[in-house]
Amino acid sequence: MRTKFSSRLLAASSVLALGMTATACGGAKTGAAATSESCVDTSGDTIKIGFLNSLSGTMAISETTVFKSLSMAAEEINADGGVLGKKLEIVSEDGQSEPTVFAEKATKLIQDDCVAAVFGGWTSSSRKAMLPVFEGNDALLFYPVQYEGLESSHNIFYTGATTNQQIIPALDFLKQEKKIESIFLVGSDYVFPRTANKIIKQYAAAKGIEVLGEEYQPLGSTDFGTVVDKVKAAGADAVFNTLNGDSNVAFFKEYKGKGLTASAMPVLSVSIAEEEVPGVGVGNLEGQYTAWNYYQTIDSPANQKFVTDFKAANGAKAVTSDPMEAAYTSLHLWKGMVEKADSFAVEDVIDAADGVTYDAPEGTVEVDGENHHIAKTALVGQVNAEGLIDTVWSSDEPIEPDPYLKSYDWWKN
Amino acid sequence: MDTLLAQVFTGISAGAVLLLIALGLTLTFGQMGVINMAHGEFIMAGAYTAYVVSTIVASTELSLLIALPAGFVVGGLLGVALEASVLRWMYARPLDTLLVTYGVGLVLQQLARDIFGAPAKEVPAPGWLDGSIPILGYDFPLTRLFILVLAASCVAALLAVLRFTALGRQIRATVGNRDLAETIGISTRRTDRATFFIGSGLAGVAGVALTLLGSTGPNLGTSYIVQAFLVVVVGGIGHLKGTIVAALGIGLLQAFLAHALTGSVAQVLVLLAIVAFLQLRPQGILSVRTRSLA
Repeated sequence: MRTKFSSRLLAASSVLALGMTATACGGAKTGAAATSESCVDTSGDTIKIGFLNSLSGTMAISETTVFKSLSMAAEEINADGGVLGKKLEIVSEDGQSEPTVFAEKATKLIQDDCVAAVFGGWTSSSRKAMLPVFEGNDALLFYPVQYEGLESSHNIFYTGATTNQQIIPALDFLKQEKKIESIFLVGSDYVFPRTANKIIKQYAAAKGIEVLGEEYQPLGSTDFGTVVDKVKAAGADAVFNTLNGDSNVAFFKEYKGKGLTASAMPVLSVSIAEEEVPGVGVGNLEGQYTAWNYYQTIDSPANQKFVTDFKAANGAKAVTSDPMEAAYTSLHLWKGMVEKADSFAVEDVIDAADGVTYDAPEGTVEVDGENHHIAKTALVGQVNAEGLIDTVWSSDEPIEPDPYLKSYDWWKN
Repeated sequence: MDTLLAQVFTGISAGAVLLLIALGLTLTFGQMGVINMAHGEFIMAGAYTAYVVSTIVASTELSLLIALPAGFVVGGLLGVALEASVLRWMYARPLDTLLVTYGVGLVLQQLARDIFGAPAKEVPAPGWLDGSIPILGYDFPLTRLFILVLAASCVAALLAVLRFTALGRQIRATVGNRDLAETIGISTRRTDRATFFIGSGLAGVAGVALTLLGSTGPNLGTSYIVQAFLVVVVGGIGHLKGTIVAALGIGLLQAFLAHALTGSVAQVLVLLAIVAFLQLRPQGILSVRTRSLA
C-alpha cells in the first residue's frame, strides 16, 4: 500500500513544491479605487516614509543591499536636519520576494502607516503588482532598479536606468568599440530579458549585426550544458547576457569549463553588479563586460564618501552597486522634490519634480518631470582581478531617459 | 563537432547530477517511505560545508577532497537529528511529515541566511578541475567529468553497502518486511536511523559536488528538490537501478529537447512526459516486489 500511496502523494507534492519555487510571477492585486484624503501626518516634527524590500525569499540576496543603502541615506538626511525640518521615521516592510505581498504591504504602508512616500521594489513583477496600488491611492513609489522600460506611471519615479540608458549604449559599445558583427543572446525566461532582446534584435537588424541565437532558461535554472554548447557552436563575436540571479553562476562556470574566454568571446551582462561577482567567482568573470550607470570604482568625491560611509556601516568587505546607488539617490531626490515643493503632498511633490538634480555618486542626475525617469550616464565596465568593475567606456554625458524609445526610428513596439 | 554526440555527453552529465541529488532520496524516500522536503536543505548544508572547508583549508587543491567526507557527515548528522527529533514520531503520517519537513527546510534556509548572509558564496574549484578534456572531439568540462565519476562511485559504494554488509542486509530486510525483520532480532529503529544517516549524508555529498556547477546560497536546495523527487518516482520507489535509469533518461531527454527547442519549453515537455509516463506506469520504471502485508 505504501508504494502506491506514495507515488500519488508525490505527484501532488511535486506540483506543490514547483509552485512554491516559481515565486517570480503572481497576480497583481488591484489597489483600492481612488481613496479620500491622504492620511499623511505632517503636524509633528517627524515624517514617515516606507521602505519596501524583500528581506526574505529568493530576492533577499539583492534587495537587502538596497535596504541598507536606503537606511544609510535616511540616516544622512536626519543627521543633516531632516526634510523641511522634519526627521524621517522609517517604516520597513518585507516584500518576501512575492509580488502579491508587495502589493499588500504597499497598501498597508499607504493606508495604515500613512507614509509620505515608499522606496523599494526590485523585480518587474513586484513593480507591476504595486503600480495599481500607488495609482489607486495617489501615493508615491521610488523604484531603484534598471528595468525593461515601456512604462511611465504618474505615481512612480524610476531612478534606475531604462533601456536607452543601459542596453542601447551597451550595444553601441559592442558595435563601435568591439566591432562585433554577430551576437548571441542568453537570458532568463521572464519579462526583462524578453523585452531587452526584442530591442536588441531590432537594433541589430538596423545596424547590420547578425543575431546567431537566442536562448532562454527558466528563472533559477542551473543547467547550462546545452545552452553553452549552442553558444560555442554558433561562434558569435559576443554574447549578450540578461540572465538573472543564480543562473549566472552556473552559466559562467559552464562557459569557462567549456574553454570559452573573455578575449575570444566576451560576454556583456546587464544584471551582474559588484555584489554578485564574488558569488559567480572572480576567476569565472575576470575580463567580462557589464553595463550599468554606476560602479564602486568611480573616482569622484561624492562616490568616495558613499563607499567609505557604506563600508563604515556595513564592514570593510561590503561593496556598493548600481541598484544600491540608485536607491540611495532616490531618497535624496525625493528630499529635493519635497523641498522644492515646500510640501509633502503627493501632487505638489510630483509637480515640483521636473528639473530636480542631485550630485549622486554616479554623477549629477536630473529628474525628467514628463516621464518620471532620470538622466543618467551609461557606463560599460570590465570585471577586474579584485572582483570590482573598472569603467572602460562611458557615454560621457547623461543620457535623457526615453522609456518608450520614441527617439529611435528603428524601434517598433 | 558532432552535435548529436555533444548532446549525449551533456545529457549524461546532467543525468549524473540528477542521480547524485536523487541517490540519498532513494534511501530515505524510496526505502523508508519518508517524504523529506528538507532533503534539498541537506544538499545546501553540504554545499556550505564545502564553503567552510575552503575557508579553513588553505589549499584549494585539497579542500574539495576534504569537503566530500565532511559534507557526508554534516548531511548525515542533520538527517539523524531530524529523524530522532521529529520524523520518528510520524512514520505513519506521510502528509504531516511532508508539511513538517517543508517547515524544517525553511528554518534551515533562514539559518543559512543568518549564518552566511544572503549573497551566494563562491567555493573555489581546485586547479586540477580547470578546463576540459576532449573526448571524441567534444570538450568535456573536467568538473562535469568529476561529478560523473563521483556519482558512479556513490552508486557503487551504496550498492556494496546494501549487498555485502550486515547493515545493508538489515536495511533490505526492514524494507522488505518490517515486522518480520523485527521478529528475527533486527532493531528496526537503529536500522532506520542508519538508513537516514546514509541517505542524508549522500545529499551532503551532492551539495559539495554542486558547488562546482552553481552558486552556494540559501536557496540551493529548493532548485533541486523537485527534480530529485521526480527522478525517484520515475525510477520506481525504492529501486536503486530504476533511479539510475530515470536520472540518465531525464538528463538525456532534457538535453535533446533543450537543444532542439529552448530551455523553458524543454522543461515543460519533460514534466509532461513524466506525467504521461506515470499515468501509464504509476509504479515507475522498476518496482519493488515486497512480501509485506501492508
